[in-house]
Amino acid sequence: MKLLILLVIVVGVIAVAQLAKIYQLSARLRGHREEEISEADTKLQGSLWIVFMFVFFGMTIWQFVRYGDYLPPSASLHGKSVDTLMNYNLALIIFVFFVVNTLLFVFAYKYRYNKNRKAKFFPHDTRLELIWTVIPSIVLAVIIIYGLQTWTVMTGPASADAIRIELYSKQFDWTARYSGDNDEFGATDFNLITSSNPLGIVTQEGIDAALVKIDGKISKLNNELKSEKGHLLAEKKELESALHGGEHSHGDHDNHEISAEKKAHLTNRLQLIDDVLESGKTTILSEAAYEAKSDKVYRLERHRQRILELSSYELGRGIDPWSVGKDDKIVKGEFHIPLGREIEFVFRSRDVIHSALMPHFRAQMNTVPGLPTRFKVTPVITTDSMRTILDDPNFNYILLCNKICGSAHFNMKMDIVVDTEAEYDEWLNNQKVYISEKN
Amino acid sequence: MEGHSHHKESFVSKYIFTHDHKMISKQFLITAIVMGVTGVTMSVLFRLQLGWPGESFVILETFLGKWAPGGVLDRNAYLALVTIHGTIMVFFVLTAGLSGTFSNLLIPLQIGARDMASGFLNMLSYWFFAISCVIMIFSLFVEGGAASAGWTVYPPLSALPQAMPGSGMGMTLWLLSMTLFVVSSLLGSLNYIVTIINLRTKGLSMTRLPLTIWAFLITAIVGVLSFPVLVSAVVLLMMDRMMGTAFFLSDIFIGGEALDATGGSPILYQHLFWFLGHPEVYIVLLPALGISSEVISTNSRKPIFGYKAMIGSMMAIGFLSFIVWAHHMFVTGMNPFLGSVFVFTTLLIAIPSAVKAFNYITTLWKGNIRFTPAMLFSIALVSTFLTGGLTGIILADSALDVTVHDTYFVVGHFHIVMGLSAIFGMFSGVYHWFSKMFGRMMNTKMGYAHFWITLVCGYGVFFPMHFVGLAGAPRRYYDSSHFDFLDKVMDLQPIISTFAIIGSLAQLIFLFNFFYSIFRGQKAVQNPWKANTLEWTTPVEHIHGNWPGALPEVHRWAYDYSNPAHDEDFVLQTTPLKDGEVAH
Ligand code: HEM
Ligand SMILES: [Cu+2]
Ligand SMILES: [Cu+2]
Repeated sequence: MKLLILLVIVVGVIAVAQLAKIYQLSARLRGHREEEISEADTKLQGSLWIVFMFVFFGMTIWQFVRYGDYLPPSASLHGKSVDTLMNYNLALIIFVFFVVNTLLFVFAYKYRYNKNRKAKFFPHDTRLELIWTVIPSIVLAVIIIYGLQTWTVMTGPASADAIRIELYSKQFDWTARYSGDNDEFGATDFNLITSSNPLGIVTQEGIDAALVKIDGKISKLNNELKSEKGHLLAEKKELESALHGGEHSHGDHDNHEISAEKKAHLTNRLQLIDDVLESGKTTILSEAAYEAKSDKVYRLERHRQRILELSSYELGRGIDPWSVGKDDKIVKGEFHIPLGREIEFVFRSRDVIHSALMPHFRAQMNTVPGLPTRFKVTPVITTDSMRTILDDPNFNYILLCNKICGSAHFNMKMDIVVDTEAEYDEWLNNQKVYISEKN
Repeated sequence: MEGHSHHKESFVSKYIFTHDHKMISKQFLITAIVMGVTGVTMSVLFRLQLGWPGESFVILETFLGKWAPGGVLDRNAYLALVTIHGTIMVFFVLTAGLSGTFSNLLIPLQIGARDMASGFLNMLSYWFFAISCVIMIFSLFVEGGAASAGWTVYPPLSALPQAMPGSGMGMTLWLLSMTLFVVSSLLGSLNYIVTIINLRTKGLSMTRLPLTIWAFLITAIVGVLSFPVLVSAVVLLMMDRMMGTAFFLSDIFIGGEALDATGGSPILYQHLFWFLGHPEVYIVLLPALGISSEVISTNSRKPIFGYKAMIGSMMAIGFLSFIVWAHHMFVTGMNPFLGSVFVFTTLLIAIPSAVKAFNYITTLWKGNIRFTPAMLFSIALVSTFLTGGLTGIILADSALDVTVHDTYFVVGHFHIVMGLSAIFGMFSGVYHWFSKMFGRMMNTKMGYAHFWITLVCGYGVFFPMHFVGLAGAPRRYYDSSHFDFLDKVMDLQPIISTFAIIGSLAQLIFLFNFFYSIFRGQKAVQNPWKANTLEWTTPVEHIHGNWPGALPEVHRWAYDYSNPAHDEDFVLQTTPLKDGEVAH
């Protein structure tokens, strides 16, 4: 391939050099003016349009033949009507593409310059103009109506017995969540996200764990800040000058004696600092790092505060909302969906916008931090059947990220498996429950 | 206006801080060419990775150093290149480069004015543009690299430095550069509008204006109304980045930390961005359509067909472009009914677009077509505008957009309809008005070679992308070769890249022709194309104030080509009506 590139470059350079030579030559042809297009040129350029037309159309047809079945049959119910709609639209635009481009290229050829002819003076024609305003309008009206019918059906509300599955995106992977036995997702809050609670499900356990984690972080940072050598030395100096301030001061400003109580306090603090300094357990931080860490402490404290402010709410039906999430099932790597059942995907995002693209299901929806989105899909072909159809035992449906989201955007994917309902139930039963009641 | 001052000008006031619209136009053009070469080079560099993922190319390491360790493009560098490529091409080349060059050159010349309404604002407009170019290029070299969130820079990705390396200093500079760019664009646009409205010469009513001027006018109005909205998005984004506001951020956990921001909406940014972003594509396209109208009519030796319909459809496009923006957002989770409304308005735009395409073709019909390089590019523009517009119908149908949004299908669509069309319009304009800018002619034979290679490669690059996209390949992927389901279309990738390489090398022909002709080209005659418009009544040598004597007076519209009442196949706009001849 490198060779190919090199070849192309070399050929390009030679071409330019040759052309430059042609230029010199033609410039020397006295009497020839650049704006005068010779008969030979007119003929050549005219014919080139026709040649180009055949090559262009030929390549187009070749691409349709070779790549026309760009995707396997739709694996979802609405996808079938999307495909039909797509085929009608494609047929229409391909038709217009060929007709109008042909007119353009053929006219260019046919009406090439002839010095014995004068062009037709034809500035306007209301009838013609009306024709090509009205006909496109009618065609577009049909497209709009047909398109919006499909759109309305596919984006309509999910049916009551739809299975809800949450797809959660973060840089750079996907997580699926099933609602467990109680058929109800636990509430989530981004403040509760930890490595053991990647989705931020709200449970008392989750809150406690998050608080412990944050407290740990805060105290670690505070320790580092408290034992920062530079700051300790500076404080020491200040304390000393405060303690001995009276003795060194001159001048007329009144410098009252510090109280004994305060003096004791200062001495204590000084002692403490000396201890730390002597123990050698000091940290050394640059001014910027010190600042960054104290900022971080503030942020963590606000984070902590937000967690404390999480308050429970009434869900009714005698359910404790903070327990609902315990039986949720969190799935990574691949997730399963049952054949023939309507699935309502609910999308959430942790950090930036991602997009859940499932090409085989003709489905796509952005995942937006702070804004849950939905899309419903009814699978109609199991993974096994699709493998048979495609004669490819390794085939898998796939979920891709389709909104630029960072350096590994191109690698953010998850496999989807369509099972029969029985297989699905069995698979789901084998998935781990988020917080099992046993412990 | 002191049009005839004869005092000698210093180098600085003549070439640098000039107020003369012709010189400013050249400044815009040369700057745009420099930016264009940069942008195209970037695309070749990342096309190498896309065509042959993971292969090592010495040239990458030579060009990019630590961004391509071992000759393989780094993934963050890939995103940075894509982002800056898009920004440069859309804004710097096709917005400022196209409008800046041709609005500046043609508005005073074609309306019979001595210069722009305000030469000083015009100069400022160029220098703001120049500074924003410098900042954008400079941003490539800062720590973390240039902005990398795509040319649309959606938050939160663009708002959070911890989300990707390019969202640090590079993004700050991107936002700064764009702000200055918008200032430049607004200064320019206001100037164009005022000049066109106020400074038309005697007899030049609005309905006698060449379509170029109509196109520049509508473009400028659309720009003035939409660019400020981009500034608001940029400023709010800056505040989210630097001052702890939360316009676009909510409920985010990143880098092991839960952020303070709550209550903002990342989707709000997209509404603001696309409120500019969609009109922007017409800001890019309309001047190109204006140029091609003029070039096609002149070189078919026929009046442009349906002059009034052309103006009407440009106005309709300009207006509709403001109420279609959310077609970029069908899958953001917005209310499906709102989506339906935008499907409707978007598809409406296809009607005036169709009218324009058919009018061009009818102009060719029974014409007497001279194949100048400018004409070839304009004919090709009609083809790309048509082809790209048709795939737009698929994208505008929300039910179908779900399957192709953000895939290579979109990349193919907008490169053909906007990229190729506007670039072809720009080339067409350069070949056509080169003699007005530099007093010399470009070489025709080289123009032919440049044209055909560019056309074939243009379609060769962007047409196959539709199939890659239909198969489900997402755009902005550093590497798609590890997906089995895409194997079927992946053999298109090296083909696309090869066309891209050849196509960009072909631009060397243009560059050579351009710069060589500035100095050595054949000396031009006053009206080489035998055109009707006023710019061809000015002397070949540039003078201040454009016309040596009094300003010309206009007696007819711009399109009296092959008028049966006259022997010649063109009639200058300054020619008085014959006895008994009725004005068009
Ligand atoms: C018949 C006319 C057109 C229709 C119906 C149409 C429709 C659309 C739609 C619906 C999208 C969004 C696709 C998606 O993101 O999934 C889109 C993208 C785009 N279109 Fe068009 N379009 C038309 C003409 C144009 C023109 C004339 C231009 C430029 C001059 C243009 C430039 C673009 C660009 C730059 C994008 C990509 C935006 C991105 O980065 O996502 N389009 N078009
Ligand atoms: Cu992602
Ligand atoms: Cu748009």
